[in-house]
Amino acid sequence: MTRLLTLLFAVMLALPAFAHEETKYPHVDWPQDGMFGTYDRASLQRGYQVYKQVCSACHAMKQMSYRNLSDLGYNEDQIKALAAEVQVQDGPDDSGNMFDRPGKPSDHFKAPFPNEKAARAANGGAYPKDLSLMVKAREGHSDYVHALLTGFEDPPAGFKVPAGMYYNKYFEGHLIGMPPPLSADGLVSYADGTVATKDQMARDVTEFLSWASEPELETRKKMGLQILIFLGIFAVVMYFVKNKSGKA
Amino acid sequence: MVGLHKSEFKNPVIRWIDTRLPIFTLMQAEYGKFPTPKNFNALWNFGAFATVMLVAMIVTGIFLAMNYDPNTGHAFDSVEHIMRDVNFGWLLRYLHSNGASMFFAVVYIHTFRGMYYGSYKAPRELLWILGMVIFLLLMATAFLGYTLPWGQMSFWGATVITNLFSAIPFVGKAIVTWLWGGFSVDNPTLNRFFAFHFLLPFVICAVVFLHIWALHMTGSNNPTGVEPKTARDTVPFHPYYTAKDSLGIVIFFIIYGIFTFYFPNVLGHPDNYVEANPMVTPAHIVPEWYFLPFYAILRAVTWTITIPFTKIILIEAKLGGVLAMFGSIAVLFALPWLDRNPVRSCDYRPTYKKFMWALVVVWVLLGQAGGHAPDDHVMIFGADLGFTWVVVAQLGMLYYFAHFLVVVPWLSKHEKTLPLPESIEAAVEEKNRAKGAKA
Repeated sequence: MTRLLTLLFAVMLALPAFAHEETKYPHVDWPQDGMFGTYDRASLQRGYQVYKQVCSACHAMKQMSYRNLSDLGYNEDQIKALAAEVQVQDGPDDSGNMFDRPGKPSDHFKAPFPNEKAARAANGGAYPKDLSLMVKAREGHSDYVHALLTGFEDPPAGFKVPAGMYYNKYFEGHLIGMPPPLSADGLVSYADGTVATKDQMARDVTEFLSWASEPELETRKKMGLQILIFLGIFAVVMYFVKNKSGKA
Repeated sequence: MVGLHKSEFKNPVIRWIDTRLPIFTLMQAEYGKFPTPKNFNALWNFGAFATVMLVAMIVTGIFLAMNYDPNTGHAFDSVEHIMRDVNFGWLLRYLHSNGASMFFAVVYIHTFRGMYYGSYKAPRELLWILGMVIFLLLMATAFLGYTLPWGQMSFWGATVITNLFSAIPFVGKAIVTWLWGGFSVDNPTLNRFFAFHFLLPFVICAVVFLHIWALHMTGSNNPTGVEPKTARDTVPFHPYYTAKDSLGIVIFFIIYGIFTFYFPNVLGHPDNYVEANPMVTPAHIVPEWYFLPFYAILRAVTWTITIPFTKIILIEAKLGGVLAMFGSIAVLFALPWLDRNPVRSCDYRPTYKKFMWALVVVWVLLGQAGGHAPDDHVMIFGADLGFTWVVVAQLGMLYYFAHFLVVVPWLSKHEKTLPLPESIEAAVEEKNRAKGAKA
C-alpha cells in the first residue's frame, strides 16, 4: 500500500518535470537559494546602483515603488533622498495644470519612456522590457539573467549579425537588440568599495532583480519553516490519536 | 408534538434545535455512527482531501477576488498588487495557484482509486457519474481561473481552448464570437470568465453534496470490493475515520506547504509572469500540467476523415481532435457499463490490474507528449529516439481508447478472477495472519 502510494506520488510529481525542456545556464550559488537562503543586502544595494546608473536608462520597473527599497536596508531618510532624485509629473493642480515635483517614497520607479512607442523609437524599434518580474518570467531565472548579461561575445565565424543587433550566446536565437549593457569593468563605482568587474555587476544586478521579482521570498521561507515544524509535530500527535482510537 | 423529530440528545439547546431541524441526528447518523468498512487503506483519504481543497480554494479565492480587477488593463498589475502590497496577498495567491495543482493531484488519485478498486460498479454508478460531473466542472473552473492573471499563457491558453469550439461545423465561428463577447479574447471575455470562475465552485459544492449523499446511500467500497455483511466488517466513522482522515489531512498539508512556501512557481509557466500581449504568440502554448494528457489527445489527431474514394471531408483534423478529447472523458462516464465483471477490486483481477497500471504509464506518457511541441523529437538522456512526440501522443491515445473500449469489456467477460474473501473481516484476519507469519 505504501509502495503504491509512493509510486503514485512519484508519477504525479514526475509529470511537470517533463513539461518543459531545461536549457542550461552556468549555475551561480545565489545567497537566496535553498530552504534558509536570504538576500545579500550589500549586493542588493550595489545591484540597485547598477540598475539606476545603467539599466534604468532604457528599462522600466513599473511594479516597484521607492518605498520598497526599505527591504534593501535603506532607512526612511535615505529612501526619501533616493526618491527625490527624480522629477515626477503630478497633477492636475487647482488651475488644471500638470506640474513636476520631486519623487516621493510612494511613487513607482520612474519609467525612462512615457510609452511603448517612445521606447521603441529611441531603441531602433526594439522594446526594452519591464524588469520587475524578469527573473520569474524566464526559464533558468537568476542564472539566466546573469548568463545573459555576461553572454555577449564575438559571433562564431560565418554567423551574420545585422546592424543594430548583438550576439549573445545565451539569448534565444543569439541575436539581441540590446547592446552589451555591462560593457566594461568599473562602469559604476560602488560606494562600498567592491571592485566593479563585469561579472560582479551582473551578479549584483541579478540579485537586485531577483528581489524585485520575489520581494516576499524571505518572509515566505520563514513562515514555511514555522508551518512545516508545526505540521510535523501535529502529524505525530495525530498519529498517536489515530492509533489510540483503535485499529480501523 | 405533531411533525417534531424525536431527538435522542439530552442537552436542552441541542434537543430544542434537533426536534425542529434534526441536523444533529443527521450528523450523528452520517458522520458519527455511519458504519464504514474497517479495511480502508490510505487511498480512501483522498475524498476528504478533495473536500478540504474545495473549501481552501473558495476561502482563498474570496479574498483574492476582493483585490483582483478583471479588466484587461489592470488584471496583471492587480495580481502583482496582491503579491506585493496586500497583507499576506502572496500567501493567498500561492495557496490558490498551488491549491489548483493539489486539487487535481488529489482528484486524479481519488479517481484512480475508484477505477482500481471498481468503486464505479453497481450500485455505485450514479456516485461515479456525479464524480465525473465534478471533474468536468473542476476542469472548467481551473481553465477559467488560469485566464484571470492575464499573463501570456492565460491569454493564449484561453484563445486556444475557446477556439476549439470553432471546429463545430457551420455554427462554430458564431459560437466562438458569442463566447468571447467580441472578435477576440478581450475585456468582455475576461469579465465573463471571472464571473463564471466565481460561480462554478458553488455549483461544484452542490454536486459534491449530491456525490456524498449518493455515497451515504450505498456506503463506501473497500479494498476487497466485497460488501460489508455483518457488523464485524465495519467500524463507526467516528472516531476511527475522523482520526485517520485528520492525520491524512495534516500529512497532505505538509506536501501542499512544501510547494506553496518553497516551490511556489515550479508547477507554473514562466511566461505567465509576462503580461498578456495579443501581438506576440509564445513559442509553445502549453496548459497547466493537469491538462497535459488531454491536450496531447487533442493534438494527436492530425488526419482528416473523408468519405472513402472522394474528397468530401467528413471530419476535419481539428474537429477530430476535439471529439477525441471530449471522448476521452465521455468513456469514463460509460465505465460502469463497459465493465460488468462482478469482481470489483484489482486485487482479485490479476490481468485487469496489469492493464490498469499500463493505463497509468500511458497517462504519464500522454502528459509528457502534451508538454512538448508535437514536432519535437523524443529525447531520452540527450539521445534522439528518431520519432516525434505526436507519435507518442497517437500511440497513447490508441491505448487509452483501446483500454476502455476493448480491454475492459473483453476482460469483463473473460478474465479468470481470483477467489474473493468470504467477508471483509476474513480478509483482514488473513492479512494479519500473513503479517504475523512474516514477523
